[in-house]
Amino acid sequence: MKMMMGSSFPEEVLEHVFSFIERDKDRNAISTVCQSWYEIERWSRRRVFVGNCYAVSPLILIKRFPDVRCLELKGKPHFADFNLVPEGWGAYVSPWIAAASTAYPWLEEIRLKRMVISDDSLELISKSFKNFKVLVLSSCEGFSTEGLAAIAANCRNLRELDLRESEVEDLNQSSGHWLSHFPDNYTSLVSLNIACLNSEVSFTALERLVGRCPNLRTLRLNRAVPLDRLAILLRRAPQLVELGTGEASDLRPDVFSNLSGAFSGCKELKSLSGFWDVAPGYLPVVYPICPRLTSLNLSYAATIQSSDLIKLVSQCHNLQKLWVLDYIEDLGLEALAASCKDLRELRVFPSEPFGAEPNVLLTEQGLVSVSEGCPKLHSVLYFCRQMSNDALRTIARNRPNMTRFRLCIIEPRTPDYLNHQSLDVGFGAIVEHCKDLRRLSLSGLLTDRVFEYIGTYGKKLEMLSVAFAGDSDLGLHHVLSGCENLRKLEIRDCPFGDKALLANAAKLETMRSLWMSSCSVSFGACKLLGQKMPRLNVEVIDERGPPGSRPESCPVEKLYIYRTISGQRFDMPGFVWTKDENSALGLS
Amino acid sequence: MSVPLEHDYIGLSSEAVPSMEGSERSSSGGLNLNLKATELRLGLPGSESPERDNGVGVLKSLLVVSGAKRGFSDAIDGGSGKWVLSGNGGSEAELGKGGNLFSPRGVNGGGKGGGCECNNQNTGLGSPVQKDGVVPPQSPKPLQEKKPQLSAPAAKAQVVGWPPIRSFRKNSMATHSPKNDDDAEGKLGSGCLYVKVSMDGAPYLRKVDLKTYGSYMELSSALEKMFSCFTIGQCSSHGVPSRDGLNESRLMDLLSGSEYVLTYEDKDGDWMLVGDVPWEMFTDSCKRLRIMKSSEAIGLAPRAMEKCKNRN
Repeated sequence: MKMMMGSSFPEEVLEHVFSFIERDKDRNAISTVCQSWYEIERWSRRRVFVGNCYAVSPLILIKRFPDVRCLELKGKPHFADFNLVPEGWGAYVSPWIAAASTAYPWLEEIRLKRMVISDDSLELISKSFKNFKVLVLSSCEGFSTEGLAAIAANCRNLRELDLRESEVEDLNQSSGHWLSHFPDNYTSLVSLNIACLNSEVSFTALERLVGRCPNLRTLRLNRAVPLDRLAILLRRAPQLVELGTGEASDLRPDVFSNLSGAFSGCKELKSLSGFWDVAPGYLPVVYPICPRLTSLNLSYAATIQSSDLIKLVSQCHNLQKLWVLDYIEDLGLEALAASCKDLRELRVFPSEPFGAEPNVLLTEQGLVSVSEGCPKLHSVLYFCRQMSNDALRTIARNRPNMTRFRLCIIEPRTPDYLNHQSLDVGFGAIVEHCKDLRRLSLSGLLTDRVFEYIGTYGKKLEMLSVAFAGDSDLGLHHVLSGCENLRKLEIRDCPFGDKALLANAAKLETMRSLWMSSCSVSFGACKLLGQKMPRLNVEVIDERGPPGSRPESCPVEKLYIYRTISGQRFDMPGFVWTKDENSALGLS
Repeated sequence: MSVPLEHDYIGLSSEAVPSMEGSERSSSGGLNLNLKATELRLGLPGSESPERDNGVGVLKSLLVVSGAKRGFSDAIDGGSGKWVLSGNGGSEAELGKGGNLFSPRGVNGGGKGGGCECNNQNTGLGSPVQKDGVVPPQSPKPLQEKKPQLSAPAAKAQVVGWPPIRSFRKNSMATHSPKNDDDAEGKLGSGCLYVKVSMDGAPYLRKVDLKTYGSYMELSSALEKMFSCFTIGQCSSHGVPSRDGLNESRLMDLLSGSEYVLTYEDKDGDWMLVGDVPWEMFTDSCKRLRIMKSSEAIGLAPRAMEKCKNRN
């Protein structure tokens, strides 16, 4: 007697079981079991993540998943953050919003990263989704405060509005302040992040909003909100868990005591950020909070120097995440290592990245100290000016639990300052010891050898960033052939050319994307790749005019290759060239 | 010359890349000067390395299309297909037309070296090919970045997008004046200043770093280059000229002559004509640029237009 699994098990039961499965990977696996599981799964999937908005089209998405409630999209490649992707490249969200507005009336959450969103799209969002709750725009652009006004006015159930690091055009004068568009009976705000806004906010509107939203947990203000106003807000919202301050350059005793009182009322505060232009004299107001803090972002606090930083972090015994400027110096990092035993993530940004000489006493030693003292440290972003293989080896041995390691030695191709050799073996030690390493960024003087190590040991590596490194195609070949879990590879200014790329063409279909700029990949190779690999979009980004006007062996400026099931995109600007372009212009 | 060494490129033997460790890394970099250690053979074993300018023939022989056991659908379903590559540690591999690209054979091909590096020297046609792999210039920028010296004592020109710091952070730091900044110009400390440039009628805008220009003239010619494709009448739907060869003198006329004027929005939100104030004052107060049709630039000081033309 055979059990017929599919027909004897009611769909409702399966659906209920599936509702406990949340990870995309798991749901993808479930969907391959059999046709009926595929159907049940696709009807019940509520959360979809699209890592590259051009890998799939809205139509295909909607066809497969008819009832999505949470949509997350990513657009431009990561190097767009550093101005390597010209304006107008793409990543427009409007076709997605337009499609979702009819297909997903119950959509609740939209999260976008590096996409271009217009005010029209924002308005469409605000009017199409009655139960809309969460809008997160991370490093997005293309919209203004008009669009925000529409969201405020129409999204009755909005819980979260997070504009982290987006570029917002300020058109306040025309419509009155956008914050005042939240209706008086709107009370559901839980999280508001407007730290990126350059303009003034209407303080009255803000105060009233904060006052009437009892569930407000996160409030990240922008620079323009002065400290005396902050005290008022804190007294209105003592239940805050996460706070981003505005600027605070003027030290006044009355403001100080007012603020002290306000902070002492905030018993739930766990995360602090902001601190633009903070007069160090204000720092004691947060001392009572320090023991509870788990997250501290002082990376914009250019006025706080080493001794004050040390005083501050030494009291944060429960700190898990610290973002700070290199003003903390080696001494401060030593103090951090001694005081913050629960530290998981550290980011140290340069205060003067374009200065020729070091302006602070921050070296590799600071990072070594933290790696020694903080057993849970697993995520690092560190800008510095000198490094040695010894230090990297020590860090690797101290922290085999490292999962994200991004080191930026400010001067390209800087060798080991002790022995003037390459840093190959140092990074080699990192990939060898840190078996769970998922993300790695390289810098300093590096030969093909480091890529050999990465290809050999970086088996869990998912994202690799490379700049000014390597000697030949062998380097690229090591990575493409060795890193089994590689999803994103971004390369700039490396002598990698056609050979490794073409030899590993099939690998590219297993990855999300590959970016190469200022390398040696010829136009001919790009054309060939595009022609032979129909499931890849091979985009040549070249602002010098038609590649056909130059010899085929001429290297392209920038190259972005990504897998896709929706074919060529139709919104390419004039400086992006693909195989279809070329054939249309009769250049192939 | 020397006897070719046998190399296994995948499970690299210890004498592979022997000279890399000790070799002098001069700041001129140079692409792969040590060809012997890392030379890649092209074509099937026993055949000569094809000439580097064999173009498509060479490229096609490099392309390995089939052979990936781990296909696209495997990847998205989290499949664990074994990854097979040509020449991988001796395992059987399906090769495309590539032949034994990385096979452990005697090195051949003389001093031609790998194919791709030669491309850099191959263009006698004057196109702006990148130089020996060291900080190649980005073409839209008129101020070309110098190659970074390993022991730079003086201020150096900036490389685009390096160090990798987001614009938001850079601009935040730029508007802060460091406490012990005794550099009057503040150029070292402030880094860069990205502003958006839009042009009436153009489908998309650009961003420029004002700190990379030293004068209005530099800015103006850079903008002309960037937006040249829009000023020429016969643009294809993609906004690039359908013909090669831009008439430079005509562009100059278009931008600094009658058709368009360059305007900017200052800190107070007012739109002004570019060129009225000293350059440093301009960069301090400019928030955004707009290339406006002259007909629309009414209300901006007309005399300033003369000033603009007469400058330099």
